[in-house]
Parts: sequence; C-alpha cells; structure tokens
Amino acid sequence: MTFKTALMGTAVAMAFAPMAFAAGHEERGRDGHVNIIYWQAPSILNPYLSSGTKDLESSSMIIEPLARYDENGELVAWLVDEIPTVENGGVAEDLMSITWRLTPGLTWSDGTPLTSEDVVFTAEYCMHPEGGCAQLAKFDGVESVEALDSLTVRVNFNKPMPVPYGPFVSAEAPIIQKAQFADCLGANAPQCTDANFRPIGTGPFVVTDFRPNDVISMEANANFRDPAKPAFATVTFKGGGDAAAAARSVLETGEFDYAWNLQLAPDVLQGMVEAGQGQAISAFGTLVERIEMNLTNPSPDLPDGERATIAHPHPFLSDQRVRQALSMAIDRELLVEIGYGQAGRPTCNLVPNPPNFASDNTDCLTQDIEGAKALLEEAGFTPGPDGVRVNADGVRLSVVYQTSTNAVRQDFQALIKQWWEEIGVETELKNIDASVFFGGDPGSPDTFQKFYSDVEMYANNFSGTDPQPYVAMYRCGNEPKPSTQWQGENINRYCDPEYDALLDELAQTADFEERGRIVRQLNDMLTKDSHTIVPLVDRGRVSAHSNTLGGVILNTWDSELWNVADWYRVN
Amino acid sequence: MTEATAKPFSVEAALKPPRNQWWDVWDQFKTHKGALVGMIVFLAIVFGTLLGPFIWTIDPTFIDIRARNQGMSWAHPFGTDQLGRDMLARMMSGGQVSIAVGLTAMILSVLLGTLIGVLAGYFRRLDGPLMRLTDLFLSLPLLPLLLVMVMLFREPLSRAYGPEMGTFILIVCAIGVTSWMQTARIVRGDVLALKEREFVLAAKSIGTPSRRMITRHILPNVMSPIMVSATLGIANAIITESALSFLGLGFPPDFPTWGRLLFDAVDYIRDYPSRVIWPGLAISLVVLSVNYIGDGLRDALDPRIRGR
Amino acid sequence: MFIFTLRRLLTAIPTLLLISLVIFLLLELAPGDPMANQPLTIPPDVREKMREALGLGEPVHVRYWKWLVQFVWVEPLYLFDSAFGTSFAEGEQRIVSWQFRSPVFDTIWQRMPQTLWVVGMAYVVGVLIALPIGIISAYRQYSWFDQVGTFISMIGFSVPTFFTGVLLIVIFSVELGWFPSIYDTTLVVNSWDTFVQQVRQMAMPVFVLALFNAAQISRFMRASMLDNLNQDYVRTARAKGMRERTVVLVHVLRNSLIPVVTVIALGVPQVFGGAIITEQVFKVNGLGQLLITAIYANDLPMVQTLSVIFAVLIVLFNLIADILYGLLDPRIRYD
Repeated sequence: MTFKTALMGTAVAMAFAPMAFAAGHEERGRDGHVNIIYWQAPSILNPYLSSGTKDLESSSMIIEPLARYDENGELVAWLVDEIPTVENGGVAEDLMSITWRLTPGLTWSDGTPLTSEDVVFTAEYCMHPEGGCAQLAKFDGVESVEALDSLTVRVNFNKPMPVPYGPFVSAEAPIIQKAQFADCLGANAPQCTDANFRPIGTGPFVVTDFRPNDVISMEANANFRDPAKPAFATVTFKGGGDAAAAARSVLETGEFDYAWNLQLAPDVLQGMVEAGQGQAISAFGTLVERIEMNLTNPSPDLPDGERATIAHPHPFLSDQRVRQALSMAIDRELLVEIGYGQAGRPTCNLVPNPPNFASDNTDCLTQDIEGAKALLEEAGFTPGPDGVRVNADGVRLSVVYQTSTNAVRQDFQALIKQWWEEIGVETELKNIDASVFFGGDPGSPDTFQKFYSDVEMYANNFSGTDPQPYVAMYRCGNEPKPSTQWQGENINRYCDPEYDALLDELAQTADFEERGRIVRQLNDMLTKDSHTIVPLVDRGRVSAHSNTLGGVILNTWDSELWNVADWYRVN
Repeated sequence: MTEATAKPFSVEAALKPPRNQWWDVWDQFKTHKGALVGMIVFLAIVFGTLLGPFIWTIDPTFIDIRARNQGMSWAHPFGTDQLGRDMLARMMSGGQVSIAVGLTAMILSVLLGTLIGVLAGYFRRLDGPLMRLTDLFLSLPLLPLLLVMVMLFREPLSRAYGPEMGTFILIVCAIGVTSWMQTARIVRGDVLALKEREFVLAAKSIGTPSRRMITRHILPNVMSPIMVSATLGIANAIITESALSFLGLGFPPDFPTWGRLLFDAVDYIRDYPSRVIWPGLAISLVVLSVNYIGDGLRDALDPRIRGR
Repeated sequence: MFIFTLRRLLTAIPTLLLISLVIFLLLELAPGDPMANQPLTIPPDVREKMREALGLGEPVHVRYWKWLVQFVWVEPLYLFDSAFGTSFAEGEQRIVSWQFRSPVFDTIWQRMPQTLWVVGMAYVVGVLIALPIGIISAYRQYSWFDQVGTFISMIGFSVPTFFTGVLLIVIFSVELGWFPSIYDTTLVVNSWDTFVQQVRQMAMPVFVLALFNAAQISRFMRASMLDNLNQDYVRTARAKGMRERTVVLVHVLRNSLIPVVTVIALGVPQVFGGAIITEQVFKVNGLGQLLITAIYANDLPMVQTLSVIFAVLIVLFNLIADILYGLLDPRIRYD
C-alpha cells in the first residue's frame, strides 16, 4: 500500500521535525488540550471488566502493559527493559516459564513505586474464578505467577508455550495497582466503582472525571516517567454517536482532533477529507471479512435440536465444487473499491498477516463467472426453467445469506447476490441487528453461532500476532451445538482429522519458521482447498486526525492510542 | 342534536328515493379544495408507484456498477445510488411498500386505539382495566418488544403466508400494536366529556342502546382527533418501518422502502443531496396529502357543516 | 375528586408491580447477550464465566425479586442517606449496571441535567409554539397562516429527526460554523461566556425536537378548536354580546383542551425517556442515549430500571391528565 507507506513516512518525518529544533526545553503539558472522539463510548476503564474494544482503547491511555505491539506487529518493551526470549534467557528452554524484569524507578500516578507485587496481583485479579475477567484467555495456560524480587516476575505455565507473550502484553492485559484493587477480587469486582472508573496507572494521563458511556476528562500524569511527555496537559475523550458524525467532527468542523475506526463508504470519507481540516489514516491488521459456508443443513423443516447440526450434512454446500463456484463468482477487487477503499485489500486468506503466517494464495482474486458455471455443471447442477440450477435429485441451488446490519455489509450482500444469481444460485438476503447476531443467546434463532442460514458474512481476527488459537477454532468437535448451548467457534462445522493432527503439531512447535509453514498449510486447507471459508477483504482500520495533531502512528496490533504520550500539536 | 339538524324541507326532496348519506359526504368533500388537491396528489403517487414499474421496467435491485453515483439524466431520471441502482425504480417499488405499510399500520393502530378509547370512555367498568393496559403498553421498551416479536412470530408467519406476506403482516402488526395508545387516550378523554353532553343524555333517556349510542352519537363527534392521529400515524409508520428493517425485523436488505432510502442517503447528504430529497419529498407529500384528505373528510362527515 | 385521586394512587401500586414484572419477563425473553459487544477473539468458555459473574446463572424469579427489593427499598434508603447523612443502607447491594459495574442511579442522575436542558426545553418550547399556532390556525381556518402552519407542521412531523438533525449540522456546523456539532456535557455554566456556549450547543437539538413536538401538538389543538368553534354554546356566547377574545380564549379554548392535555401529558414522560435519535445525532448523551446503549449492550438492570421509572412517570402523568379533565369540564365524573 503506497498510500500507507507515504503516510507513515510523513508521520515519522513530522514526529522528528519538532524534536530537531525544540530539543532540550520541551516540557510536559506544553500543547494544552486535545479532543478525541470514539463513536462507541467507553463504559468502564478497567479492561478486565470491559464490554468491548472501546474500553480497552480508552484505558490504554491510563494503564499500561509490560510490553506492547508496535505498528508493525513487533513486540516493544514498555515497562521492562527488554523482551524476554529464549536467546536472552528470559524464556526457559523448555518453554515452561517466562521472566520479566521491570524497569527500575517506575512509579504509579500517585507517586508510589511500581513493583513486581502489582504484576502478580494483576494475574491474581484476572484469574480469580468468580471475577468474570474478560481477558482470561490472555492468561491461558498460566500455572502461577511469582515475584522473584521487587522488580522480577516469573510466569510459570502448565504446558510448554511456544508463544509465551499472553499475560501482561498489549492493551488487553495491562498492569493494575495492587493497592487500589486489593479489595476488588472476584465477586467484589463490580463494587469497586471508583477503582474501575479512575484506575491509577503508569500511563501518560490520569482520569479527572469519568462519565460512563459519555465522556472522560483526563490530565497529564505528573509522575510520568518521561518529564517531557505527554505534550498535552488535558484530554477530552468523548464517546457516542456514529462513525459519520465522528468523522465529520474531525474532518469537516475541526471540533475534534482524533476519531477512531471510521467504517464509512470510501466516497463519503473522501468527500469529508476534501474539506481540508484533517486526514484519514489507515493500517492493516488481521481482520478478514469473510463468507462462511454452512456444512450442515439449516432447513427449518428439521426438528429444532437437529437443525444446523452435524447430524444432517448440507444438501449442496457439502459439495466442494459448489462452494468453490460461489467463491469464483465474486469480484473481490470491486467489493474493496465499493466498501473499503484505502482501508481494504482483496484476500483469499483467513490469516492475511503477519507475513510469516500469510499464505501466497491468490487464486480467488480474479472473478470467473464462466468457470463457476462450468464447475456447477460438473457438479450436476443444470439451469431449471426459472434460471435456478437444479440437480438430478431435484436439489435447488437456493441459499439464504445472512449478516449483521451495517451499510457496507448490505452493499456487499446486494453485489454478491447479483453475481450468484448470474451463475444460477437463487439468493435470499437477511440482515440481523448486530447485538443479536453477535450475541450468544441460545434462545434466539438469529445468532451467527446457530447459523440457521446457508451462508453468512462477518469479520473476525485474532489478538496479538500469533494465530494459533485462531486456527484452532476449526477443530473437529468445537462446533456450536445444542449440547453446548450453541457455544463454539467452529462456525462452519468443519471436520477434518488431518487438520486436527496439524493443529496438534502446531501446539508442539516453537520454531518460528516452522510455525509459519504449518499455519499457512492450515489456512490453505480451510480456504483454497476446501472453500469452507471464503475470505473477501483484508480489512484495515481507518481513523482520522486533524492537521494540527502530530505524532499519530496508527497501530492495529494494539490500542490505537498506544503512543498517545508522543502526540503533539502542529502549528 | 347532531344528527337531527333538519334540512330545509321540500316536497321534491321528500319524493326522491332516499339518497345514500355517503353521496352527501362526497358532495361536501368535493367542495373542499385542499382535500381535492390532496386526493389527486395522493392518487397520483399511489398509481405512480403501482403502474410506474410497468412503464419504467428497470429492476430496482439491478446493480450497474459502472453507473454508480450518477446525477439526473435521461437514462436515470432520479440518478443512481452508490451501487448504480436506478433511483426512480427504487422510489417506485419502495413507494408501494411504504404506502402499503403506512396505510395498513395506521388503520390498524387507529382502529385499535379508537376501539379501546371508546370502550374505556363510555363504559365506566372497562375504564380502569383498559387504561391500565394502555399504561402497560406505553411503558414497554419498544426495541426489546420488537425483537421478541420477531423471534416468536417471524418463522411461523413466513411459513404460513410466505416470506414476503409474512414479513408484511409482522411489520404492520408490530407498528400497529406499539402505536395505538395515544389515540386511545385521546379518544377516551373526548368520550368522557361527550357522554355528559345534553344530546347524549337525551338520546340515552329515550332508551337508545349502547351500540347505537356509540356509532350514531359518540363516534362522529370524536372524528377530528382520530383524523389527526391517522395523519400523524402514517408518517410514523413509514419511518418506523425503516427502523424495523435495521433490526432485521423488516424486509430483506436489498428491498427498498422510502424510509430505508432516506436513511441510507443521509451519509451522502453533502455529495448527492438529491438522494435524500426524493424519498424525503415523497414521504412529506404523502403525509401532507393525507392530512388534507383527512381535513376534507372531517368536514364532510360533520353534519353541522354538511347541512349548510 | 380527592377520593378518586387517592383510589387511583393506590391502584397505581399493583399496576406498577405488574408492569415491572412484564418488563422484566419481556427483557428476559428478548434475544440478546451482554457479551455481544465483546470482540470475537474472546473464547466461549470465558464468555460463559463472565455471564456467571453477572449473576445470569440464577433463576428468573430470584433475579426479579432481588431487583425489586433493590428498587423499592435499597435505592430509596440510599437517597435518604445521601440527603440526611444517615447510614441505613450501609452494606446493601444497589442496582448495578452490567456495562459500568456501578450503581445504575448514579449514572441516571449524571444524565439528568442534559436531558432536562435539551429535551425538556425543547418540549416547553414546542408546547409554547404549538398552542398559539393551533388556536390561530383554527380560528382563521384556511387562511394563509393556517396553510403555512399546516405545511410546516406536516414537514416537521413527516421528516424524521435523523435527517433534519444531520441537515442542520451540515448547514450550521460544517458550512457556517455557527454551532458546535457535538454537545459538551462537561460544560459548567458559571459565566456569561459559558452561558452563551450552552445556548449555542443547545440551539440545534432544541430546534429539531421542538419542531417535531410543536407539529404534533398544534395539529390536535387546531382540530379540537375547530370542533368547538361550531358548537351552539359559542353562538350563544357571541349572541350574549361577549367579546370575541373572551369567547375564543376562555370558552372555546377551555373546552378544546381535553385532547391537547392528553397529548401533552403523554409527552412529558417521554422528556425523561429522552429523545433517542436526536440525542444520538447531536451526541447529547442524555437518558435516551443511556437507554439505547443499554439495550444494545443488553445491560438488563439498566434497561429494567429506566423502563420502570418511565412507567412510573407514565402512570403519574396520565393520572394528572385525568384530574385535569375534571377541572376543565366539571361534568366529567369518575365515581
């Protein structure tokens, strides 16, 4: 993406420019006030009790993890001096433990020192069985966390961890202060309103006023480790509204300096950028918009406990050729152009990033309507009198295609419907409110897990840079089913013993290159070999900042506000 | 009193075969200029949306990706949308749905509201329970109520009546069931006052049965607030319909309706203002014309005015 | 009338209990999940533990009972404590929101000012405009004033606020730069400058909402005035030689107010319920936004509490309307 590179270039250049002439007499709070808008409003500033990404991002200005991912997805030491690895002895040879050493001299915003006790407490807080911690998956495999001395912490795992960077890494698992949260363990967690709303942190800003689902007022942390940062003395963090309004307030009226995650049609965003108040920035992560094929029969004629379960294979989507034909009929370049613009690129991969894990699979990028028709003919489906293909057994190629309510997704649905009807597949569209679709309510027929339709579209990604848990979702037996209250991540009901064997191999492999090879192979099995998952767009993130805000580096691997301490005012 | 206002008596009139009172209503209606214009506009819109698609045969869901975001031209008189779908075709097919939903849902809600309002106002014994029921419906949070309705009724209805008819019934019922309360409260208030008026007491004293009392004396006198409710109800139903399809309760997403077209176009308000104007104008025109029809109808139904 | 009021107030208690139960069951039945906004990267077993931590594992009747006790007993006690500095409610569990993990009532109090300022003000303005417009329109039926009034009020009602709001923002914030497009809820009015700022940020949302409210009320006022202007008692009053002003503004108006009072009384609880769309468009973040975000996040304690408060107001204001009927038309009797 030349645009992105160019943008990064300018951003970096701008970041260094003021340092050149202003070095030496910079002081904290010199640039006054900054306004940030998130169209989803933060509800709580404790990421362990969060109800969504907005809470993680806003709290990342206040509390920090031991290490973060940078804009390239590489780990950077944050509250430690170096990232522990097997080479520097920080990670045990048998991969059963990792030892972090805190940077000496760090303090909390109340002036007390940050010690290993705080780190140990953070793990205890999240791993408490009654706490309902949202980031428990980050602590997966942790046996115990112990303080070796006041600055050293060792995390012991109960199995070898090829990638031991779960606990205390990234905005999802920051360190909270033991003194503040000591009484908030387990069932008491919700009662600590004050701690949850005004956490004491090591980050560049301190909360002065928090109004849930509305606005956060912050001021610079007087005890922040770098005396020259942050450049802003105060912050207003407003939440609410919609993406278009947030974009407008930055790009058109200039009331705000930074707006997060502007998922808007590219021409709308372009029109706003032309007003000249600010610019849109984008970066890519691992989020992939995809169509999932249902391998089981969702017919409403089946009894309720058997509908969309592995007891009944799908009448035609269980045929690989039909799935492939559906994929071939799609013009991904056009989808990107219509829906995402600079913030998307066509992909055939489930794991599009980081480069080590991304397969070189590009077969699907060119639309091939004729090829798709031929493939359907080969599978025995010939056009009936109404143009819809039927096979010898009278099975009609008629699909219900569902997704959540979202302007871009509805445009995609309309386009894809047209292509599918062109190859003789009747398509009925259905949209469902996102809070129902993505909610796991077993009583509702409209959740994406229940999958009471033939195909469905949504986006998913993995946190951090290691895709192991992500590819492991498609393990046999992990499918949503009535016996598990429809919980489960193998949405397609995919089942391949060879795939499971490879997953087991991945869990045993520590070598980075080798892991890459296995993940690429798993990716290909799901996508180009079986077309169980039909990836459409590698979705980037678009945010916007005003022309007077400098130092912004968009990061999709961690919080977008990861380097807010470096932000400054451009005159 | 109301019905008994005597017309000037003449022999010819008495000898003519009894004329249907609806002819009188129509005669009076015709003299109302606003109502007539309203009627013409309304019928024009209805026939335009019904017959238009036979003349303008572009499929409203057909995507012509090279022709997207176009302004007005001979090929696309109303322009095209962000996927190159013809706006005129979409306005016409959207109009059919919006008008059908708007009218049906309005009628349902006004009927329900009037029925409950009259019963509660007229029969003292029913007043308490019916008004508490109204309070209950007013208090129910709308969104969860609608979500529950979809969950419970969508599949059975679409199985019984087919997906499109099923959705239509569901939407109309959802809007009707959640919007009758205001009409009911207003009608009841008026009925409470009416039933103490002299002409009602007089009619009662000669032993008029309740059913006749209501249809002959009470209902004609509460027509005007009902007409206002009906006008406002149409606008409300058309907009609510679009909100429902966002919850996944309405028609499939590629199915245009005026409310939906308007909502989708709001993001493009600066670059392509015409896309907001067409559906906005259409909704306003329908509401405005229904309002004038309502005005004329109210005057025509009022025997005091008709007699003059 | 006094006995009637007392009886109605007493019957309000079981009514409200029933309403609260129905709302609770409705929310229980509605599809949705407090975990719906969590990123998909959070695995199902973690989600399950989080649901348990919210108390979702308990049976329905237990949860309803807990909520009821908290609503009618613990929360009033807290209110009493904070008013008189006592500590009766010490250690009692308050109603806690699932999104914020903080007491529901704290947030509701926080949202009150902007809701009353914007939505309340818009309602007052709307009523104050609507009544004279309705009266004049009826008195001078089919005059140009009436025609213009009809036209504007129909436009005001048929064009939804999500459109008028954005239109105003584009014109007055983006093009002209007169008003801010985002409402600042942290603004404290303590000087002339901040007062001007407050007026500027209120201008657009108040206008949009007032137009919508006025449109509706003025139509009912007009229709009801028209009905009464033709009545015999008006002719009698005029024949008696009363001044036209007295006839219209005292006799006709008083008799025409019954439907208008009904509509106004139905609207007042909605002021407290907030104006969901307008609040969203202008980022006012009042009670309407609180309710809608709570519904989307499936924050049941918050939705339940707000809905029941709303129900209390509805029952109360409908009672007030009924009492006003009796005052406006003494012939109306309830006993």
